[in-house]
Amino acid sequence: MMDYGTLLQILDSTLRLATPLLLACLAGLYSERSGVFDIGLEGKMLTAAMCAGAVAYYTGSAWAGALAGIGGSLVFALIHGVTSITFRGNQLIAGVALNFLASGITVLTAQSLFGQGGRTPPLTGAARFGELTLPFAEALRPVPVIGPLYADVISGHSILVYAAFVIVALTWWVLYRTRYGLRLRAVGENPAAVDTAGVSVNRLRFSAVMITGVLCGLAGAYMATALQAGFGKEMTAGRGYIALAALIFAKWRPVQAMGACLLFGFFQALALRPDVVERVVHMKVPVPFLDALPYILTVLVLAGFVGKAIPPRAGGEPYVKER
Amino acid sequence: MKREGPGNTGEDMVATNGADAAFAIELKGISKAFGPVQANKDINIAVPKGTIHGIIGENGAGKSTLMSILYGFYKADSGQIFVNGALTPIPDSQSAIRAGIGMVFQHFKLVQNFSVLENIILGAEEGQMLNSSLAKARKELDRLARDYDLDVDPDALIEDLSVGHQQRVEILKALYRQADILILDEPTGVLTPDEADHLFRILKGLKDQGKTVILITHKLREIMEATDNVSVMRRGTMVATVKTAETSPEQLAELMVGRKVLLEVEKGVAKPGEVVLKVEDLRVRDEHKVERLKGVSFEIRAGEILGIAGVAGNGQTELMEALGGMIRATGRASLKGADLPLSGPGADGQSRRAAGIAHVPEDRHHHGLILDFTAWENMAFGYFNDPDYQKNALLMDNDALRDDTRKKMEKFDVRPPDCWLPAKSFSGGNQQKIVVAREIEQSPALLLIGQPTRGVDIGAIEFIHKQIIALRDAGAAILLVSVELDEIMSLSDRIAVMFDGRIMGFRDPETTDERELGLLMAGVTGKGEAA
Repeated sequence: MMDYGTLLQILDSTLRLATPLLLACLAGLYSERSGVFDIGLEGKMLTAAMCAGAVAYYTGSAWAGALAGIGGSLVFALIHGVTSITFRGNQLIAGVALNFLASGITVLTAQSLFGQGGRTPPLTGAARFGELTLPFAEALRPVPVIGPLYADVISGHSILVYAAFVIVALTWWVLYRTRYGLRLRAVGENPAAVDTAGVSVNRLRFSAVMITGVLCGLAGAYMATALQAGFGKEMTAGRGYIALAALIFAKWRPVQAMGACLLFGFFQALALRPDVVERVVHMKVPVPFLDALPYILTVLVLAGFVGKAIPPRAGGEPYVKER
Repeated sequence: MKREGPGNTGEDMVATNGADAAFAIELKGISKAFGPVQANKDINIAVPKGTIHGIIGENGAGKSTLMSILYGFYKADSGQIFVNGALTPIPDSQSAIRAGIGMVFQHFKLVQNFSVLENIILGAEEGQMLNSSLAKARKELDRLARDYDLDVDPDALIEDLSVGHQQRVEILKALYRQADILILDEPTGVLTPDEADHLFRILKGLKDQGKTVILITHKLREIMEATDNVSVMRRGTMVATVKTAETSPEQLAELMVGRKVLLEVEKGVAKPGEVVLKVEDLRVRDEHKVERLKGVSFEIRAGEILGIAGVAGNGQTELMEALGGMIRATGRASLKGADLPLSGPGADGQSRRAAGIAHVPEDRHHHGLILDFTAWENMAFGYFNDPDYQKNALLMDNDALRDDTRKKMEKFDVRPPDCWLPAKSFSGGNQQKIVVAREIEQSPALLLIGQPTRGVDIGAIEFIHKQIIALRDAGAAILLVSVELDEIMSLSDRIAVMFDGRIMGFRDPETTDERELGLLMAGVTGKGEAA
């Protein structure tokens, strides 16, 4: 068995590791709910990470870095929008192309700016998001079980971690309680219904893709200025795809997306501690297997073992008025 | 307080401009071209207020284009639109809604996994928050339901509603937006006769309340039954507008086609021979394991047409596809005493055709033709292995195939008679003639023919019907599936009515009537109980 202290450590890294997944997953939720499949979450995160790392280094401000990250991601979102909404291109191909573009252009830019092998220089001080200590963290520590949980797991993260969870609630509210949410859900299911109701399908979809850009920007900025100290080549390491997997796992619903991202974050945390896993299951578990768990679960969901995951019905198809 | 919303402005328009204008809609000189195709040519039409106005014409006559222009879906190349006497440009759907025009499309524009209420408010919400809009819509819906006999559960999901109810939601959507002019595009295509009657009662109710209704259809009977005036379109032009009471179906058909048409099918008495097709306890499950065909049994004799009546989606498609070898089924089927495998080897289209079963599929665009292929290539589908089309063991004899295609195209009067044209360049009627020619000219023992005249113009309908009768008289057994009750009644020697995957009963077309068939189609048996 594992002791309580180790469990808390793992839960702590679960939160840290789940945050970029969660931000990217919510990003994907907006785009895909509007009927635009976005396989380019990875590329947007990577671009955002590079922009955030570079600008945070130059300005010494993590906030400036985050804004730059959002800006970089928005440029990519705009390209995706123009390609797949305005010009009705294939959404998946546009996304894949953007991922390739991001993969190359981030290293190229970082190399030509800093000459450090495609990395940005290490960030220190205010150029990184600091860890917030929540009120009463130290005072509550002596309380058995709950005290250490609060002080070591809940407290002590960067503001972006808390923001991600606030955005879950916000997304739920927007989706199910506002006019924008109703139209967003409708346009992903049947754009013709939205169009004949006199609402612009393209404008709605563009707005959703832009929200995706903002959230991917936050996810990338978190990677470079909070989780780590600077941008490194391919630093997102497939998180955009895991976020997509989580989105499917959650059947495109925000609260469930949080659950899925926490679960996948937990697997990533476990992969960092193979010694703990070995102690618990009394068997050596290969790290790649732990890394693959999110994908294995997603395949099971897609195969219909854990209930059916039905994507938004109009997803993937550019809207063309029929005659 | 002044609130924003499409509905209010529409009401203002009527109040300010509409009080003394005689016409709800007036179109002047509307023209619209799609590339080289002139869909609408200098159309003039005036629809008096508070009437039901029919627009009739063949497929491709330009009716839907005209209405799409009126609803702001397309922009006319030239011409003017007057709503309640005032010149009203309609560049988009929002403007049409503001002008008090509502449209019920042939294919409903509803979000399937939304509730009725959510669909109603979509695009006409009160403000940023949903709750107040939903509450208001619920109250308003209640009033509309009482006023117009439009009863729908506001919390039901669309996907759980019958098509008839879904259509009511579409009408409610328009009324909720305070539409005064309601356009319905081919509204009865998906309805049972009973549901259609109910629809017409609703439309009369709307008229009594002062609303104007424009009914687009290609069914003469509906025009005669429901409208006050009727405009006839042919090839993009408006050929006539007449009072319904002063015209006849024959006259309208002649106006539509441009020549005299036989509306009645001429056919002699059937002389049924031995049993050709025998089907026992045929069952089909779909990919979700839902049983779509729940034990169907029947026989068809040589020289006999068995017509399957029913609302689309009650198992007719599955029946045709199972017999045509396109999907797996259980049960037993035999052709002239020889077993037809329903699954496994031998249950495919190729084997069926080799056994003497020709199949004109319901959906000719997906199953009957490859639209990008030429007419002669399409003529070979299902018959690639025909000895006549082989040059030697390895190569096909394309010259023979093309010669054969030319002969069939001439015999079936396919226009233009050019076997090198891709299938998509033919009109719906001529496409169907290609498929029918391919299948009938094989002199099959059994012909499966689904929706033979869907999307086919009146002239071609007449021709295809004659060919079906001729094949029957030559001794073939024919299984006819159609959602057009008129077609079933006039062609069939016996009628089977399908509902919910079962045959509700067999009727003689000479002794039954539409009412009786309509009840069976709705699942009501002779004793008046639901099955």
